[in-house]
Amino acid sequence: MRVFEPLIELARGLGTTFKIMLEKPVTVQYPEQKKPVKPRFRGRHVLKRYDNGLEKCIGCALCAAACPADAIFVESAENTDDVRFSPGDRYASTYEINMLRCIFCGFCEDACPTEAVVLGDNYELSFTNRRDAIYPKEMLIEPAPAGTLPTPQKVPPGLYTRSVPEMKDPQD
Amino acid sequence: MPKQLVSLIIDGQSVSVPAGTLIVDAAKQVGIDIPVFCYHPKMEPVGMCRMCLVEVGRPVIDRVSGQPVIEGGKPKIQFGAKLETACTTPVSEDMQVVGMSEKARTGRKEIVEFLLTSHPLDCPVCDKGGECPLQNLTMAHGSSESRFKFDDKQHQKKHVPLGDLIWLDRERCIQCARCIRFQGEIVGDAVLDFFRRGRATDIVTYSEPGFDSIFSSNTTDICPVGALTTADFRFGARPWEMNSAASICTHCPVGCNTTLNIRREARSDGNMVIKRIMPRQNEQVNEIWLCDKGRFAHHFSASPDRLAKPLVRTGELVTESSWEEALNLAARSLVEAKQDFIVLAGGRLANEDLFNLKALADGLGGKAALYTHMGGGYLTTLAGVSMDTNFGEMGAGTSILVAASDLYNEAPLWYLRIKQAAARGATLILAGARETKLEKYAAHVIRYAYGDEAQTIKSMQKSKAGQAAAEALASAQNLVVLYGSDGLGLEGSASLAEACAGLLDMTGHAGKPGSGLIGVWPHANDQGAWEMGFQPVADLAAEFKNKLVYIAACDPVGDDPALAEALKSARFVIVQELFQTETTRLANVVLPAQAFTEREGSFTSGERRVQRFYPALPAFGETRPDFSITASLAQKAGLELEGTSALLIMNKIASKYKSFEGLSYARLAEVREQWPLVGRGDIYYGGAIYANTQGLGTRLALLEAGSLPGTKPVESKRPSESELLAIPVCKIYDRGVTVLPSTLLHPHIGDASVSLHPDTAVRFKVQAGSTAQLTVNGTAYQVKVLVDEKVPASVALLPRSMGIPINTPATISLKAA
Ligand code: SF4
Ligand code: SF4
Ligand code: SF4
Ligand code: SF4
Ligand code: FES
Repeated sequence: MRVFEPLIELARGLGTTFKIMLEKPVTVQYPEQKKPVKPRFRGRHVLKRYDNGLEKCIGCALCAAACPADAIFVESAENTDDVRFSPGDRYASTYEINMLRCIFCGFCEDACPTEAVVLGDNYELSFTNRRDAIYPKEMLIEPAPAGTLPTPQKVPPGLYTRSVPEMKDPQD
Repeated sequence: MPKQLVSLIIDGQSVSVPAGTLIVDAAKQVGIDIPVFCYHPKMEPVGMCRMCLVEVGRPVIDRVSGQPVIEGGKPKIQFGAKLETACTTPVSEDMQVVGMSEKARTGRKEIVEFLLTSHPLDCPVCDKGGECPLQNLTMAHGSSESRFKFDDKQHQKKHVPLGDLIWLDRERCIQCARCIRFQGEIVGDAVLDFFRRGRATDIVTYSEPGFDSIFSSNTTDICPVGALTTADFRFGARPWEMNSAASICTHCPVGCNTTLNIRREARSDGNMVIKRIMPRQNEQVNEIWLCDKGRFAHHFSASPDRLAKPLVRTGELVTESSWEEALNLAARSLVEAKQDFIVLAGGRLANEDLFNLKALADGLGGKAALYTHMGGGYLTTLAGVSMDTNFGEMGAGTSILVAASDLYNEAPLWYLRIKQAAARGATLILAGARETKLEKYAAHVIRYAYGDEAQTIKSMQKSKAGQAAAEALASAQNLVVLYGSDGLGLEGSASLAEACAGLLDMTGHAGKPGSGLIGVWPHANDQGAWEMGFQPVADLAAEFKNKLVYIAACDPVGDDPALAEALKSARFVIVQELFQTETTRLANVVLPAQAFTEREGSFTSGERRVQRFYPALPAFGETRPDFSITASLAQKAGLELEGTSALLIMNKIASKYKSFEGLSYARLAEVREQWPLVGRGDIYYGGAIYANTQGLGTRLALLEAGSLPGTKPVESKRPSESELLAIPVCKIYDRGVTVLPSTLLHPHIGDASVSLHPDTAVRFKVQAGSTAQLTVNGTAYQVKVLVDEKVPASVALLPRSMGIPINTPATISLKAA
């Protein structure tokens, strides 16, 4: 009966083909059509702000220290109440991430003491030269929430003295 | 006299140390770490933080016989009920120390917990983060959870300027008092102290202006937390982000060993810049300290006035040119000048640069001169200090004479070390025309009138104070004489040097190891220039006339209008400089040189120690090292000089000059283990100071002294009734070209001023704090009048390098502006 064996195999293969043809397709028409990413997706970084518009980033460079790809460059300077970027003494005067180096591991996010740097949803990174792959702070930071002023802000003296949000005793 | 040795056992290891050694130090010597916060090996223990708790057992002594009780052939050991502080307990025979028992660990854990009750734990923004003893010891000994309430944390001010250079974060301070004790014990300027008690304890400064000390920045290195930060580095970078290179401070003849911390910086256009200067341990030079000038006056190497390209003048027009063009023009003029040229070198050039300049002058038949206001250096090459002289080891048996020098302002680290030598029992003798800071520690003070310096040293026995001093000098085992130029010009200081050398000779100390003459030079490498045979010229202005003048690393035009006038009569001027100065503006060719931070080389300190510095930054613009510029110029003028490698030049120096015999870069890079241990993993012990891994340097050999030249008496200038004699003095922060670019120091530099005795001020009708008009050599200057009881009558103290040309005492006139 060996003669029929190839025919059976062929029928089986075609069967699979026809079965799949009747299923709902998973391909999407990117870029016209986009799929939402998973909640823990690690895409392009965003630098967050507090509700009052101050930057969460305090220029500590711990993200840069944690980064296995050496993709982050931070330079810090001192805040004053008249020119305030972030709470506390220190803010990032320069903050750059080289997206060509980044491996989207999320270590920076883990290292950040103020949850300032967060890997977002955006995966559409493209550049035509290497320089453009370096995202400066202006590109990374989210816009100030509605009703707040952009940084630097002039704030009442002595109000924002803590760089890292104050720790509280656990309630439960 | 060697101290008796005591044997004990620490954590199972037997140790033998001299009696009186503290347990912490004994442990450290055999590599056992006992954590400390308040203890510092350079200071007396205070036992304030209790981090060093250990269990201590001692042999039981039989009350009747007074002998140790023996049990099973060994002395019976009894451990105390409580833990003891290892930093205050001296070792004793047969002691047993247990640092790693459960009990000791628990004790430390609780101390850390206590220290952290009100600590802000803002490591992410703390400048000490990454090199912080509290951080490290908490990780090693602390508990992961606190039993104290977060809500009970004290909140204190985080931004308190103690002075304009040092800022305090009150929350971070753990009250170890290292800063207070450093200022009190080591510097002798007790300007800091505790204020209030308990949790409210606070560091305050009692001086006006705040934290008034030229050693203030050292407290930031030894502070075990980030409570003290410098205004210069604050938030500048994280410690782990910086690279480091070994270097030497270039601001005074002490030659402190430094480490340059560098980083690429966006706000400096992406260039590599120096972020901070840290001390590098060299127990024979600066120990683990730096003065504030050495730490903060580094900005000149990145000054916006730096020259990037050669400049060539055609008529009135100055244009940038290529090296080829500039060197060709300079070399052509050099050849045309034949032997009619003079090389004028500044004392901030490295040994290698000076060697090439001297070789060029000698090879082409010109003259080589050192640009300085202080003479007598050839005597320091004959009767200078050699191998065995170390201020750090001087004590009883050594006499130190300081003549005509205000060390606090002129060579700060020598001030510090001589003060400590005096505390250890060395006899300190000060000869000066006015009271200086060091006098507090002197056993004998000899006061003379300005102008009598050399005479006073020569006829010391004649005065009453002098007699006792002379005896102390004659009977000393070792005698070190430092002479300076307080109130002295070239001739005056040369004749003082001769008097001092004569004194060494007379008392039988000349040429003895451990004794010698030290010049308190105005620049870092003046000694190197003297060793290579450079001499200053008495009448520079006359030397310039119709000659080709090749000036390197000095600014005679900016210093003195008379020299500016004289330089205009020169036939051609070549200037080799870091930045635009008044002198470069008069030059026909300007050759841009590299700063010492950008290249390799070596300096010879006032104590005749040759020390290497290493390149830290990439070269600025098209600049080249001084030695290589000189070599290229020489080559184009037909003379072959080594211009590619500083190392090879050092080899040449070693074979040419007897005192440099046997020196090589390899030799200069040798290190030895130094005590106390600093740097490495245990920064909690000595501080954040860098360990020396790139060379301790080597002393020059002493030459055959032979007979020292005799003294030629100089006319001492004396003012008449109506006249006023201006006396040049040194001020640590002046308007010198290497200090001024550090804007941070400007409040300390201030304006040109003149200090007068109150009576003199009345006589000339000027008031304290007012502006007066001062006329020197026919030129009038506006100066601020300061009135001080300590200034001798009928003289006006005029700081050098403050914009008024004064190098030697001169009569001036003064009137209210
Ligand atoms: S995601 Fe990872 S690789 Fe990318 S910047 Fe953060 S730490 Fe670096
Ligand atoms: S993003 Fe976070 S970790 Fe990075 S510098 Fe800012 S505060 Fe520090
Ligand atoms: S400021 Fe630093 S050195 Fe001074 S007491 Fe506080 S912790 Fe100690
Ligand atoms: S004492 Fe002299 S060499 Fe030392 S740091 Fe100060 S200026 Fe520099
Ligand atoms: S008590 Fe010993 S180190 Fe502080």
